[in-house]
Amino acid sequence: MSATRSLVAALSSDLLQPLRISDATRAEIEKSLTRYPNRRSAVMPVLWALQLEIGWLPPAALRYAASVVELPESEVFGIATFYTMFNLRPVGRHHLQVCMTLSCSLMGADRLFRHLEKKLGIGHGETTPDGRFSLRRVECLAACGGAPCLQVNFDYHENLDEAKVDRLLETLE
Amino acid sequence: MRGPLLFSDIDTPGLASLEGYRRGGGYATLAAVVGKKPADECIEIVKQSGLRGRGGAGFPTGLKWSFVPKNSPRARYIVCNADESEPGTFKDRELMEKNPHLLIEGMVLAGYAIGSNTGYIYLRGEFEYIQRILDRAIDETRAAGLSGANVAGSGFRFDLHTHLGAGAYICGEETALLSSLEGFRGQPRLKPPFPAVEGLYACPTLVNNVETLMNVPHILNHGAAWFRQWGTEKSPGTKILSVSGPVKRPGNYEVPLGMPLSQLIDDLCGGMRDGMKVKAVIPGGSSVPLLPASLLDTGLDFESMNAAGTFLGSGGVIVIDEGTCMVDALWNITRFYEHESCGKCTPCREGTYWMSEVLRRLEHGEGRADDLDLLADLADNILGKSFCALGDAAAMPVQGALLHFRDEFEHHVTHRSCLVNRRRDGLSVVRPCEQAHA
Repeated sequence: MSATRSLVAALSSDLLQPLRISDATRAEIEKSLTRYPNRRSAVMPVLWALQLEIGWLPPAALRYAASVVELPESEVFGIATFYTMFNLRPVGRHHLQVCMTLSCSLMGADRLFRHLEKKLGIGHGETTPDGRFSLRRVECLAACGGAPCLQVNFDYHENLDEAKVDRLLETLE
Repeated sequence: MRGPLLFSDIDTPGLASLEGYRRGGGYATLAAVVGKKPADECIEIVKQSGLRGRGGAGFPTGLKWSFVPKNSPRARYIVCNADESEPGTFKDRELMEKNPHLLIEGMVLAGYAIGSNTGYIYLRGEFEYIQRILDRAIDETRAAGLSGANVAGSGFRFDLHTHLGAGAYICGEETALLSSLEGFRGQPRLKPPFPAVEGLYACPTLVNNVETLMNVPHILNHGAAWFRQWGTEKSPGTKILSVSGPVKRPGNYEVPLGMPLSQLIDDLCGGMRDGMKVKAVIPGGSSVPLLPASLLDTGLDFESMNAAGTFLGSGGVIVIDEGTCMVDALWNITRFYEHESCGKCTPCREGTYWMSEVLRRLEHGEGRADDLDLLADLADNILGKSFCALGDAAAMPVQGALLHFRDEFEHHVTHRSCLVNRRRDGLSVVRPCEQAHA
């Protein structure tokens, strides 16, 4: 799917569907507000709670976050765009984040990334049409002793090579 | 035992639970100190121990603690920097994953010493699983009366929270971290005022690294002289070094400060993988200048590294083998800083982009005659000219590589090809350097 098409699809689904948030997420958001002396400080935990439920941060989620922390939507958008882990477009069920920084690069990260591109038929920042995988180059993940490494969503996988990554992909439905 | 101090019990099963931690004597120091030993005495012991910050700058910890004003009418905060984002560094991750209670005990003690009732642990976003480990450990301590309204029955209140970042190297810089914690974009602030005077919510704030805080219970338990049995006069104690690159046994090693770098690589890590030789080592995370193989006997302590023209930094030891093209390696490092520059200061934002662009063309055989001078000039115009150290961190590796490996860079310009014949047994890495000239 091209970036434009996925964005259009994302926006229209956002317009058609009102934001539905589970009670658990609402409770998590309420709890995060108690940890700081002001509401603004909770903006990152609120965005995280929403992303963990929805998988990404559609405009409605940013609007909702802004109302919770009592900031202008533009300000929350500015914060969300600053941090690379907040997804402003939908990502696949399994978000493959391949470390490309020096230690991993010395141990074969570039080759691993090219293998994944070829195998999945997608490039950096793209998602497979079935929504199963997204692929991204990322910077140092603090797993340099297990280089090359990647994270699938939040799970670390270290000491990888092509064969190991192939076996890993098979386990990810 | 993997190490003398922080790693002495790190692999003990069950250590991450309150019960397991207590089995090894955990929280005994807290019970003996909080409400019993005067706070000033705690600061004095940490000062005497000579403990220096383990996050990168190596600033004396006790001195930092003493900068927090005692009579401020404002709240005081303690913030643990658990952003661990310096490339090559992965020690705090293992420490927190396996021994979360040692960090909590260290934070409660530090909070008691400076008179703070609230602490935050700022974790990088990728450490979501560690946040869950720490939250569980914090809940355990609250239930056991070791944190919260009445720490160990002393009347001292200490509330501790975790905060998850979301992917920004700059948030490891202490003022950017505070901005992020306050709910702003993670951009640094001008110092002074230093956080100790005006930090979180403009209140006096102590910011310490994970490893630094984990040393505190040991020091307050055993005393300054005991701590000084390891390390050197100016760098006492131990340091956890994260070793990566093509050595036989990469990983975290706790060693007494001052151990020669060669001993770490050859003895502890088992040397290089078969058929490989060390070309250079980045001793303290990618922000510090590299050491050529001729300087491998340099001691792993703050002062020896400074004398050798580099820094111990965060202890991220990246070993580079002879089959690696320095132009390619430096381009990789520089791209990192280009990507991670927060964009606030022009020299860093523009300079990292242009250094990266010049290295890209050198790497692809498109270098120009004056490119090496241009690189040196760009680095010089970034160094010391931005709010925070990110610009310096981008400039110093460039200067170090040009100093020690200028011939490789010149070869890329004059021959439009790479001096290093890239044959890496077992890995057969194909990188742009080869592609460009294939």
